[in-house]
This record gives sequence, structure tokens and C-alpha cells, in this order.
Amino acid sequence: MNSNELTRKMLTKNFGVINPESIDDYIREGGYSELEKAIKLDGKDIINEIKISDLKGRGGAAFPTGLKMEAVNQADGFPKYIICNADEGEPGNFKDRYLMENDPHQIIEGIIICAFASKINYGYFFIRGEYIKAAKIVENALEQARARGYLGDNILDSGFSFDIEIYTGAGAYVCGEEFSLLATLEGRSGRATYKPPFPTICGLYNKPTQINNVETFCNIPHILKLGGKEFKKIGTVSSTGTKLVCLSGNIRRPGLYEVELGTTIKDIIDELGMGVPRNRKIRMVQLGGASGPVIPESMLQIRLDSDEMRKHDMSFGSGAIIVMDDRIDILDILKRNIQFFHHESCGKCTPCREGLLQILILLDRFIDESAKESDLQLLEILIETISLTSICGLGQAAPTSVKKVLEYFREEFTDRIHTTASAVK
Amino acid sequence: MKISEILDKNGRTPDKLISSLLEYQNSTLCNYLTEDDLREFAEETGIPLSRISSVASFYSLLSTESRGKYIIQVCYDVPCYVNNSVNIVEELEKNLGIKMGQTTEDELFTLEFSSCLGCCDKAPVMQIGENLYGNLTRDKIISILDSYRRKNNEQ
Ligand SMILES: Cc1cc2nc3c(=O)[nH]c(=O)nc-3n(C[C@H](O)[C@H](O)[C@H](O)COP(=O)(O)O)c2cc1C
Ligand code: SF4
Ligand code: FES
Repeated sequence: MNSNELTRKMLTKNFGVINPESIDDYIREGGYSELEKAIKLDGKDIINEIKISDLKGRGGAAFPTGLKMEAVNQADGFPKYIICNADEGEPGNFKDRYLMENDPHQIIEGIIICAFASKINYGYFFIRGEYIKAAKIVENALEQARARGYLGDNILDSGFSFDIEIYTGAGAYVCGEEFSLLATLEGRSGRATYKPPFPTICGLYNKPTQINNVETFCNIPHILKLGGKEFKKIGTVSSTGTKLVCLSGNIRRPGLYEVELGTTIKDIIDELGMGVPRNRKIRMVQLGGASGPVIPESMLQIRLDSDEMRKHDMSFGSGAIIVMDDRIDILDILKRNIQFFHHESCGKCTPCREGLLQILILLDRFIDESAKESDLQLLEILIETISLTSICGLGQAAPTSVKKVLEYFREEFTDRIHTTASAVK
Repeated sequence: MKISEILDKNGRTPDKLISSLLEYQNSTLCNYLTEDDLREFAEETGIPLSRISSVASFYSLLSTESRGKYIIQVCYDVPCYVNNSVNIVEELEKNLGIKMGQTTEDELFTLEFSSCLGCCDKAPVMQIGENLYGNLTRDKIISILDSYRRKNNEQ
């Protein structure tokens, strides 16, 4: 397939077409018409449509959005909150920034529809502190939406009132994790806590709270427009809809692309990204970001499809694809990954705080070829322990790339074990 | 701006604490929060000093150490790293005459590593204050730093 056939513009259809600062432009392209329709429906019917669409969260964990909405809808407690997670911080990801900077009203329309479906009266737009331009654009869009009566009291004369406040973070990757995000919103340092209970039952100020990713909210108006059944026809059985893909690393045309789910990684790299510069060879590709799995070139035929990925014990996460050519040292890359998580660890639990440090020490031993056979076993035990016993997703996912290198590039480790033979040499 | 003014504007509830700390810090000359600042925040808001200190030390955009007027944050995550961010750091260190984490003697620049800045399609990337700079080369760095020096001289 060539690049035109591969691109499927739905969430990005307004990019470059509208002025993101202009609500009129958005409305001209059909914007807010789904909200106008939704507000006359019963909340349960909206949620049902989302359930039929089988939309799964785009923040990384792929949790079914309809089920999350239903849980909040049915939860006891007042008030209820809704939060848009725009804390994007996973290395390799920039899709949410593009969505905010190019079409902010699409996100806002999605949030309002969800809020209406569960009679939620207050929402937060949680933007990472570094995204200054995006925050300004969203702030402006919220003001415009308020002025037009899409936000505020008695929205479109429906009797329903709802508003959204912007909250900017202060630089901590872990705050993208739900409980850490909630702690930050409440003015505490963003340390994670055990789940359950989940935020849908016990979230902000212990009230039912719906938290979704920016891209997830963007899908909502499109689902209502197409109907859940039609939407479900896009993509694959286990992964419906389109996906924004952030392509970066050693690649000719890095950037943001929207493709139908089910597209192969190879097509995205070769056709959309035009391959690796200077005709070098691909050594390794990392999916989803620093916490995601790595694959060798021989596996690039794998598709963006949950079921297919699960067979290999992996997922495509939030949709980043980081391409690395044959000049990289794989262990050096692993070290960068683990350094990131060690730096971003909130320090609350031992396996993540201390375990990642130990992985770094072990990686150094392999890098300078002083590692022993037993270090390999130690590394494997550490990975297992950290993934199983860390409190939150940061620690649980941090060793993924090391684990996958042990699976697909094991010789990178075994070749660097110090033997008496190599000592003589 | 004074701390009390910022709090009058933003409110004194815990949920407004982080943004007020940030706003105040960014208005100071040396981009950081002193012990006295934190104490004043505690007195003004009634939030315990220990909690405010823990917040101030947790978030990377907040600092309790004196920094330069312009903070240069260089992204060091993998997409930038495989696009030679190492060379960028070298060039910056050479040009500024300092090492990573340090502040220039004239207190104009502080050089810091940063996690992914969400611009990996323009790797390698750095941020100075509110401005992002991508597709960096040695030449670009020289001209960017010069422009900040000029801007400072004009002020
Ligand atoms: C350490 C960590 C960081 C995360 N960062 C983000 C983030 O920046 N944006 C995001 O949407 N989800 C992030 N998540 C996932 C969220 O916890 C949550 O699953 C998501 O916001 C739910 O939205 P979704 O169902 O629409 O994907 C992160 C999770 C972890 C463990
Ligand atoms: S896993 Fe890491 S980030 Fe998560 S709670 Fe434990 S120490 Fe904090
Ligand atoms: S890795 Fe440098 S901006 Fe993302």
C-alpha cells in the first residue's frame, strides 16, 4: 500500500484545514453538531453507542471506554468529575500535543458529550507543564466554547450545566498515572497508590471520576456521527477505529500519522516514514514509548492489533514507533530507557525505586563486559520482581524493553559475559 | 509579583498550590524557591510547610536551587538520543563553558537535561523558557545562544 492508501484521516481531518484558534472554523467543518444531537438523547443511549463501537482507551492501557463510562454513570456519589489526561510524557509520544494544538474543540466536544452522558458537572483538562503553547490554545478554545453556550450553565438550553478548568502539571511523568494525577490535582505530590478501588468509583476527592486520554475523547463525536456499528467496521475485530502514530528515531519522515488499526508496523515505517535515512538497516524498533516492547526487523510485519500483539506478549501502547538503525548499541538504549524510569520514579515503593537502580548497575556490567553468568539470572529475577510487585504502572512497565531484548536479542547479553577466554584475549 | 498577590488571584486551596508555586518561581530573578518563600506559602495558605517542601522538591519544573535567567533543557530521551543529542550537549557545554546541571557565572544560563519534550519528530530538541527548538545542529545552537545574549543586553 502506498502512503495515501495508508492514511485514514478522521481525528486529524481538520489539521491544517481549520484555524485552531477559531471556533467558527470548527463549527463550519461540522463541529459541535454531535453535541447538539447528543444533548437530546438519554445518557444511557450515548454510552451504549460507545460500547457498541468497542473503542478502547488510547492512553496506553486500552481499557474499553464504554465500560469506563458505564461504571461512572452507575457509581453512587456526588459530585462526579471528568478529567482529560493530557499529561503526555512517555518518550516518543507527541500525538496529544498535536491534537490540542491543531483541533482543540474536537477534544472539548468529546469531553462535554461524556460529561452529559453521566450528568457530570465539572471537569479538568490536565496538561503537562511543558506544553505551554497547547495550554494556551486549549484555554482559548474553552473560553470560546463558553461564549457560545457549549460550556457553562444550562448548555444549549438543555438544563445541563458543565464547565472545564485547565490544570497544568509541573513536570513529573508519573502524574500521567491516574492516582498520581489525582494527587497532583488535589495539591499533593504526585505519588501513586494501590488500585482498586478505581477512580470510576473513588477518584478526585474520593468521588466517581472518569479519566480518559486526549485521543480517546476525540473519538467520541466521530462514534456518535457514524454510529457505534459503523465505527466498529474501521480497524480490526480487537482494535476498532483509527490510531494516531508518532513516528520518530532514525527515520526519513518522522511525524504524526493517522492510520486504520490493523496496519503493519512495516508499512508505517516504509511507506509513511520513507524508511531509514542513508539506506541503513533497522536494528530495533520500540513500540509505545520507553515503557513499550522492542522488536527486531524480522517482526515488522506485526499489525497494530491487540490480539495479534498479545500473542507475542506485547501491546502497541499509546502508538509511538521509535526506529533505531544499525549504529545503535542496544544495551546503551536500554540504559537510557531505565535511566528515564529511575529518574521519574516517585520513590514510593522499593521494587521500582531500588530495583531500577540495580538494573542500571547490571546493565553497566554487561556494557563494560565484566558481567558474570549469574548476572544474567539476577537480571531476569529483577525484571520479574519489579514488574510483579511495583505499585503502579510506571514500575510495572519500566523493565519491558530489557525483558524483550532478552527475548529477541539475547546474544547482546550473552556475548558480553566475561569469560576467562575473553579475559586472556 | 508578591506571593500574597498571586495567592489572592489564584486562591489559597491546596489544588492551586502547584500552579501558584510555579507562577511565583517564574517571576523571580533566579528561577527558584527559597526556604523563606516556602515558609511564606505555608503561612499564607495554612498548608503545612513539610507538605509544601515535598511538593517543591518532587516536580522537575520547581527548583529549590538558584538557577540562571534562561533555563536550557535538553531532551535526552531515546528518539533525541539516536539523533545525536549527545553532540548537542557537547556544543552547549563548550559554548557556555559549563557542564550539565550548572549555571553560567553571569547567571544567564542554566543547563539541564529534560525528559522527552513531546517534539520527537523534530529531534534533537531543546527548550529555553517557553520556546522550543528542534532539528538542532551545532550552527543553530550558536545562533540561538547568541540571540539570547543579545536579548539580555538590550534589556
Ligand atoms: C506512569 C504512567 C504514565 C501515564 N501517562 C499517561 C499520559 O501521559 N496520558 C494518558 O492519557 N495516559 C497515561 N497513562 C495511562 C493512564 O493512567 C490512564 O490509563 C489513561 O489516562 C486512561 O485513559 P484511556 O482509557 O482513555 O486510555 C499513564 C500511566 C502510567 C502508569
Ligand atoms: S512503581 Fe515507581 S512510580 Fe509507581 S508507586 Fe512505585 S515507586 Fe512510585
Ligand atoms: S525524545 Fe526528545 S522530544 Fe521526545
